[in-house]
Amino acid sequence: MQLTDEENAILAGEVGEPRRWAIAHQIAVGEFFDAADFVPVSQAHIMADTESLGEAGIRFLERLASVPELERRVRVPAITDPRGIDFTVYRRLGQSAAMAALETRAIAALSAFGVLMTDTCINYQTVMAPLRGEHVAWGDTGSVIYANSVLGARSNFEGGPSALAAALTGRTPRYGYHLDTSRRATRRFRVTSRLRDLCEWGALGGVIGESCGSYWQVPVIEGLAAVPGSDALKHFGAALASFGSVALFHMPGITAEEAAFDRPPPASVSISRADLAAFLARYAAPGDKLDVVVFAAPQLSLFEIAAVADALDGRHVHRDTTVIVATSPEIKHAADRMGLTSRIEAAGAVVAQGICFYQGYAREMAEANGWTRLMTNSAKLVNILGGYGYRSSLASLEQCIDSAVAGRVL
Amino acid sequence: MPILLRCHRGIGPAVSGTALVAADNFSARYDLDRARGIFSRPSHKLAGESYVDLILVLDGAKGGVATAWMLHDMAARRIVPRALIFNRVNPILAQGAAFAGVALVDRFAGDVTRLLRTGDALRVDPGAGVVEILNRDA
Repeated sequence: MQLTDEENAILAGEVGEPRRWAIAHQIAVGEFFDAADFVPVSQAHIMADTESLGEAGIRFLERLASVPELERRVRVPAITDPRGIDFTVYRRLGQSAAMAALETRAIAALSAFGVLMTDTCINYQTVMAPLRGEHVAWGDTGSVIYANSVLGARSNFEGGPSALAAALTGRTPRYGYHLDTSRRATRRFRVTSRLRDLCEWGALGGVIGESCGSYWQVPVIEGLAAVPGSDALKHFGAALASFGSVALFHMPGITAEEAAFDRPPPASVSISRADLAAFLARYAAPGDKLDVVVFAAPQLSLFEIAAVADALDGRHVHRDTTVIVATSPEIKHAADRMGLTSRIEAAGAVVAQGICFYQGYAREMAEANGWTRLMTNSAKLVNILGGYGYRSSLASLEQCIDSAVAGRVL
Repeated sequence: MPILLRCHRGIGPAVSGTALVAADNFSARYDLDRARGIFSRPSHKLAGESYVDLILVLDGAKGGVATAWMLHDMAARRIVPRALIFNRVNPILAQGAAFAGVALVDRFAGDVTRLLRTGDALRVDPGAGVVEILNRDA
């Protein structure tokens, strides 16, 4: 990689060990992807849940944060992805004091860098949405695909170490979706029916994601009957990124950039209502005893929280079923102020802030609570949880609530 | 004479070991029980198999960013693959390998999940962009 004088000085350790580590890590990654140089970023979004960090990751952060403040402070605004523990509800979810202790250490270390503990994966809805052409270093696949596609910003998937490195150096290697050439469309899909629910948008993301199956594929989605809302594209993008590792899609007339192909466009693949129904049917389990219903992945917007409250009004969750609603701290505060939280909790559900279900020791929670059958309206979540030992069902928010009240999958 | 496969220059140290091959994708969060050191996702082609100290040969990366931290923790607990060989990875696997110091190579001339077989004795040299199959002759 071509380095500036400033970057060579950082690499030589002239501005401290954290920034030396950061740029050395970034050069290793950049050279792997043939990056020519660095590009400045305006913000970083760091995934650092303690299940992923482990003891080793937390020790790494603590060691890096132990230097003088001038050497460790981030150079651009840096925020966090969801954490694993909400200190107000973790015991109720079967999480342990040891997990909470790790969380406390991780928060202290990240805060020492000057990282802002936003604890959210819907930062594009709640914190600061980047503009078209703005280079960022974001670290949640759902956030990245939304930023790249809907907003026209530019980011690769930046895992926790790389997003922290970008925050410390204020730049990231210029490869992948920072380059015009990587943003060209490669696949075409045509949707032939009107989507009715967020879980169907997730299913659409799942179908296209499985078909693409690569970070380097850029699908174009045509034929949409109406402009989807932000929550619809949130669920669609999160599922597309989860099932396919895809980081950018184009919807002509809806998303930010023109859907240009490098070569003659490939034939379009039709996706019908039957395709979406078949995808949903993979997760069907009518009549099964229902252990836990989760609304998360991505965290809920204020509108989604209101929809959960409306669906639960005047009802009560079955005594053998747990309902968990996860959102960002900002939306939780708004929901508290507007009375939405109290309406949801009056029905027996748990509203958690700053966490996501799969980032909070899902395997250990299942063991502690005896959970097996899970239901959600998040396609991303059902995809992730297969390896954690859950049997997951995917359905609409209303079906999830009806099932939670009944205590079995309807 | 060992078979030599050339690939893009990779990340991490040169290592030798035994291949575990599948035409499937990979995420440490989605697919592994990292406490037991096995593939835990029932639908994965390596479900139930131990990955510890083996050279994983797979197609590509799945979604999710957790692998970037998890490989580091797996390495610290010594329940980590010895090397990763893929057809093509996403940034998360590269970032995770760089952070953890795990050998990683990708971008071969053919489908590496067909070129290599489970049980092959391999030498992976990321710096040179070379994988040697030591138990078969060219």
